[in-house]
Amino acid sequence: MRTGAAEHGGGAGGFPAPPFLKVDMRQLLLALGLMLWLALPARAQDAFTAALPGLAGGFSDIATSVEQLGVLGDPRALPVLRALQEGRLQRTADGRVLLPGGIDAATGQAADAAAAETVRLNNRVRQALRGALGRLQLVSPDAAERGAAAEAIFRARSAEDVPLLQAAIAREADAGVRAKMVLALAAAQLVAPDEEAKRAAVARLGAAGAAEARALLLEARASNPDMATAIDVSVATIDRALSIRRAAETLFQGLSLGSVLLLAALGLAVTFGVMGVINMAHGEFVMLGAYATFVVQEACRGTPWLAPWSLPLSVPAAFLVAAAAGAVLERGLIRHLYGRPLETLLMTFGVGMILQQAVRVAFGAQNREVISPAWMQGTLMLPGGVAVTQNRLWIIVFGIAVLLLVVAAIRFTRFGLEMRAVVQNRRIAATMGIRTGRVDALTFAFGSGIAGMAGVAVSQIDNVSPNLGTGYIIDSFMVVVFGGVGSLTGTLVGALTLGVVNKVLEPYAGAVLAKVFVLVAIMLFIQRRPRGLFALKGRAAES
Amino acid sequence: MTLRLVLIGAVLVLAALPALNRLPAENALHVSDFIVSIAGKWITYAVLALAIDLAWGYAGILSLGHGAFFALGGYAIGMHLMRLIGPRGVYGHPVLPDFMVFLGYKELPWYWLGFDHFPFAILMAMLVPGVLAGVVGYLAFRSRITGVYLSIITQALTYALMLAFFRNDMGFGGNNGFTDFKELLGMPLNTAAARGALFYASLLLLLGALWICSRVTRSKLGRVLVAIRDAESRARFLGYDVTQHKLFVFVLSAMIAGLAGALYVPQVGIINPGEFSPGNSIEAVIWVAVGGRGTLVGALLGAFSVNALKTWLTTVAPDLWLFALGGLFVAVTLFLPRGLIGLFSRAQR
Repeated sequence: MRTGAAEHGGGAGGFPAPPFLKVDMRQLLLALGLMLWLALPARAQDAFTAALPGLAGGFSDIATSVEQLGVLGDPRALPVLRALQEGRLQRTADGRVLLPGGIDAATGQAADAAAAETVRLNNRVRQALRGALGRLQLVSPDAAERGAAAEAIFRARSAEDVPLLQAAIAREADAGVRAKMVLALAAAQLVAPDEEAKRAAVARLGAAGAAEARALLLEARASNPDMATAIDVSVATIDRALSIRRAAETLFQGLSLGSVLLLAALGLAVTFGVMGVINMAHGEFVMLGAYATFVVQEACRGTPWLAPWSLPLSVPAAFLVAAAAGAVLERGLIRHLYGRPLETLLMTFGVGMILQQAVRVAFGAQNREVISPAWMQGTLMLPGGVAVTQNRLWIIVFGIAVLLLVVAAIRFTRFGLEMRAVVQNRRIAATMGIRTGRVDALTFAFGSGIAGMAGVAVSQIDNVSPNLGTGYIIDSFMVVVFGGVGSLTGTLVGALTLGVVNKVLEPYAGAVLAKVFVLVAIMLFIQRRPRGLFALKGRAAES
Repeated sequence: MTLRLVLIGAVLVLAALPALNRLPAENALHVSDFIVSIAGKWITYAVLALAIDLAWGYAGILSLGHGAFFALGGYAIGMHLMRLIGPRGVYGHPVLPDFMVFLGYKELPWYWLGFDHFPFAILMAMLVPGVLAGVVGYLAFRSRITGVYLSIITQALTYALMLAFFRNDMGFGGNNGFTDFKELLGMPLNTAAARGALFYASLLLLLGALWICSRVTRSKLGRVLVAIRDAESRARFLGYDVTQHKLFVFVLSAMIAGLAGALYVPQVGIINPGEFSPGNSIEAVIWVAVGGRGTLVGALLGAFSVNALKTWLTTVAPDLWLFALGGLFVAVTLFLPRGLIGLFSRAQR
């Protein structure tokens, strides 16, 4: 029919225009249109359409044509095979194959689906389908789909995929997808008969350093005794890479836990370490900061352009809320108990109780959720396959930023200078005209405000509940005591050490025992360095 | 002198409670089961308060971990009570407690051996807290950890124990702890006779602890302890072995607390890791602070009055209790440094 129309059209162009031109022109246009429509898929048509009728046959015919379609790499085969897999492909009695909606798979036109019946699958067909779809996705325009296809081939691995993968690797522009394809190629070459390629594949799999590659190599070792040494070398390489990656991930988790501890302990390092005021309500200031974050988030929820920035906005809010609470506590209560640390401890514990209960009454006892903004979600892949969750990364950054801020405030500001003066010698500072009472209040508010900022970070990784603070107070004190009272460097080192040690111990001992071990270790450690770690400065020093 | 009379009167009234409980319900002097069981509980609390007062009020050791010693004593007797359940458990295993059957234990862990004997359990209720206090105290006092540092370390101790006891594979029933006890020394626990016996045992313990504490505090040892409390360095320079004195009083205090826990658990019928929570320990400290530390009677007064307030408030206005407790911490430290006893003695003068 196509040839007929072309001859007719061509003929019409060759003759002088007859009087019934209009009619002839219509015919001509029709013919040209048909030609265009049919010429487009003309190149692949032979193989693609030739493979289609097999789908209407018996199970073995179906499987064969599925495999053919898979090898062709024709994008039109994708919907056909997907429909087949989903059980929505239909066939007619005369051997045509219909896509869902009654579209003829060969022509792409609507066809009469009345007498059609669903093409059924058996296990052989299903297996063929998986392989074919996997291969077809290698030519998909979507990079994620190509990557998934490479992974699927890696898992299925058959020698037939070698040329397909080689072609795909040559075309691939995305480095990540290409790496996956190279791995899949190596896996396929491992089962291919080519000895030379097999050896190269063993080496390549070893260099890739993936856990899946390790299992693959061990499997291949049984069937290729002559390559055992080469495989062993590769497996050892993988093991090394994996243990380095694990160590890096543990280190990261430890650092992120450490920065949470650092944030919680920094405020304590100011109020306890510098002022010598033992504040058991410190954990509740962290809790107040977390609730401030929650309130800011709720307030921003109504404004779409503001909502993603509620978290940065809550940092100053949390600081101010906790600092105000701290200033009131210091001026109202704590200053009457200076020089009586045990009483201060008990009194502030009571204040913590009251704060907890007040928040419980105001917000309810259930957990409140603070949602991470989109730019903090997700996982980051560092080189070497180290997976890093973004919000924990941000917490590390935040912790360091707050530390620098605190150091700067103490070193370089007028307030910091007065604070150090009052700590070193209260009376002389007073004679120099420093209002020591005001400095006390400000210092305490400063330390409390830092606790509030810690609350912003904690809200990202923990439930926001009224008793959130109790979980952090003991750890924070341990950090300050371990690192050295009154030393910010000590606090930094102490927090990071405790965080990392906790995470290193966790896989061996479990989270709870790790904590117990750390507590015991600290108790033993201060046996050796009691003065170094308990070197008290400031008002609480023993006379 | 009047104080002693009041004390004797109070003990006599307490001693009469179980007898009054036996009176018929329509009698005007009848005391309900609730009062007897709650008074029995408070007596064990008072013993805990005495123990804390001995360490804090006299030797200046503010332990925020005495709840741990109390709970350890409770666990010791709890293990005995679990062994006594025998085949009456849900799973009917002749030896293993229900939770062990549930967790797939095949035989008793070694540290459960011996707990089928009551004297051994009571001994352990004293020894385990005593040894723990000895080790912690030795390490802490030797390196001259004092004041708030010791408080924080003891708080960390009870916190760590709480975390550890929450674990199922510790072999102490994990989260649920021990409960559903049946009998003790052949007495079914849910009878008036058992309640009365436990009540009198607690009262005896209280009197015994009071006697020991007053002997200790009135001896030369007690005066050295006060000296250490008020000026530790000076006491050391005068040639007293501060570490040993503190260690002695800390261990004694822990053992008393352990015994209190051992009598507490059969009366309340349950022990779980929540008893280790730092909040419990610090609440016990505030009993002593409210009553008046440094006086043994003050500790008792505080334990009874704060717990009476707690029982009343948690039934009348549960939300208010934590405000009230927090308020007590603030008010006592700021306005009543000598506690309720301080009020009385000021009034007497």
